[in-house]
Amino acid sequence: MQWHYQVTGLDTITLHFGDRIDVAVTASVRQAAAALSMRLGDRLIDTVPSYTTLMLRYDLLADDLASLIHDVNIILSELPERSHTTNDAEIIDIPVYYHPSVGPDLEVIAARASLTIEQVIQRHSSQLYHVFAIGFAPGFAYLGEVPHELATPRLATPRAKVPAGSLGIADRQTAIYPLTSPGGWNLIGRTPLTLFDPGRPSPSLLEAGQGVRFRAIDLAEYLALGGQTE
Amino acid sequence: MNKLPGLRFTKPGFLTLLQDGGRQGVMHMGLAAGGAMDRHAWAWANHLLGNRYGAAGLEITFGGIEFVCDLDTQIALTGAEARLTVNGEPRPLWATVTVRAGDTIALSPPTSGVRNYLAVLGGFVADAGPGDSCATIVREGTGGLHRNGQAVAQNDVMPCRPGLRFVPNRKIPDVWIPDYRADLYLQVIPCAQIDRFGAEALNTFFSNPYTLTPQADRMGARLRGPALNVSGKSLLSEGTSLGAIQVPTDGQPIILLNDRQTIGGYPKLGAVTPRSLDALAQRTPGSRLHFQPVPLHAAQLQERHFLMFFRASTTDLPNRRYL
Repeated sequence: MQWHYQVTGLDTITLHFGDRIDVAVTASVRQAAAALSMRLGDRLIDTVPSYTTLMLRYDLLADDLASLIHDVNIILSELPERSHTTNDAEIIDIPVYYHPSVGPDLEVIAARASLTIEQVIQRHSSQLYHVFAIGFAPGFAYLGEVPHELATPRLATPRAKVPAGSLGIADRQTAIYPLTSPGGWNLIGRTPLTLFDPGRPSPSLLEAGQGVRFRAIDLAEYLALGGQTE
Repeated sequence: MNKLPGLRFTKPGFLTLLQDGGRQGVMHMGLAAGGAMDRHAWAWANHLLGNRYGAAGLEITFGGIEFVCDLDTQIALTGAEARLTVNGEPRPLWATVTVRAGDTIALSPPTSGVRNYLAVLGGFVADAGPGDSCATIVREGTGGLHRNGQAVAQNDVMPCRPGLRFVPNRKIPDVWIPDYRADLYLQVIPCAQIDRFGAEALNTFFSNPYTLTPQADRMGARLRGPALNVSGKSLLSEGTSLGAIQVPTDGQPIILLNDRQTIGGYPKLGAVTPRSLDALAQRTPGSRLHFQPVPLHAAQLQERHFLMFFRASTTDLPNRRYL
């Protein structure tokens, strides 16, 4: 596994595994995060995976930089050179009600791409996505990549209120708003699932490195699964 | 569990938040770390009362609070310069203050500094939320007394432990009470994407004062001063560290603070040390800030001294038991 590190703060280092968005790099980040969390345990206070990087925050009273780097080096050198891509066990299925009533930008995206709404839904939901990063808000997962023809820039003026569960597109990324919040992504549908719940043992439904498949559902199923249309 | 007595807020102030040492192990889910902005004042308030490092206290921004005690206990208020009264009688900051059931305690808006910290004997009692912490993050709607990110509101009762043995009355030596009016010299660990900033930009940054703008909150502090040129293509978002100095395309630096977003894509030239951030948390908009480079090992040594002083000296006090 190829990597290098940068000191990024008083008690943080950031490991770099590549320099562009790439599923194989994301898989390396995920694999490194799992191995380091397991082997270093309490010596790490936080591990923050993102597109190509893994930030580690260590305990200053338990560690110094030199011994941490030494051990990180040993642990990562024992990992296979080429990481496998997402396996089936790590693909999360997310039901989505794609409809203009909960996805007010569906028509605009269809018109831009000279497609019907049905074709937009079909293309968006037939792609296997990868969680490149979690951030912006609790449980907010940046998923990629959206088929080229559906790529749409963010709204010029963000909406003041985007309902929780809304599925949006920004350029070639797609994401679900875990909580009702302001937002500028183009909305195409909504999921009845709860993306983030601090009361759950693992509050965030998604983790960096996982795979995601969207499954188009109809209004009846959406409502049966607890979905809201307001 | 019986309902605990506590401090009943008749005036909650502008922004009063339950805070402790902050969350650990949750940033990968997109949850902010939180925690007291000025750990110096917060840790001393708890230390005076023999509370362990990490005990929950209240962070009071811009003062103006009033509360009534339901119990006999001791409190300590530290931080910004302000007038503290018990039933109208003045009491000192940075000292233990004994209060009785029925007493009314008031704190004025600050005359210098921004934040006060209120600690109570044994620490406030609150359920731990994410990251084993009760830190309140308003933006996320997480943490705090009601675990919904709400600031302390009128008629909230902040629960306290009754029946603890009192600590001897004590105050902090003046030498440990900072002057929040002084020009601030912030120590910076040069790191992260510093190689994207040319010698000229770094020279500009370290030799000119910057002004703290009103766009300063618990997420970050925007500064205004000579613009800094950054080269290279945009970054992919990566984990953000406390104190990171990020420079957007307008060249005006932003210091990332406790409630920062967990990932970000602006180039960063270094990180302000946590001890310097403690002092920054007490500066009002318009304050002049100077930056000084500090080697990583010196900054770590300084932080270790701070942590060891407060952590080592306040665990398992023999008198910390119920009577």
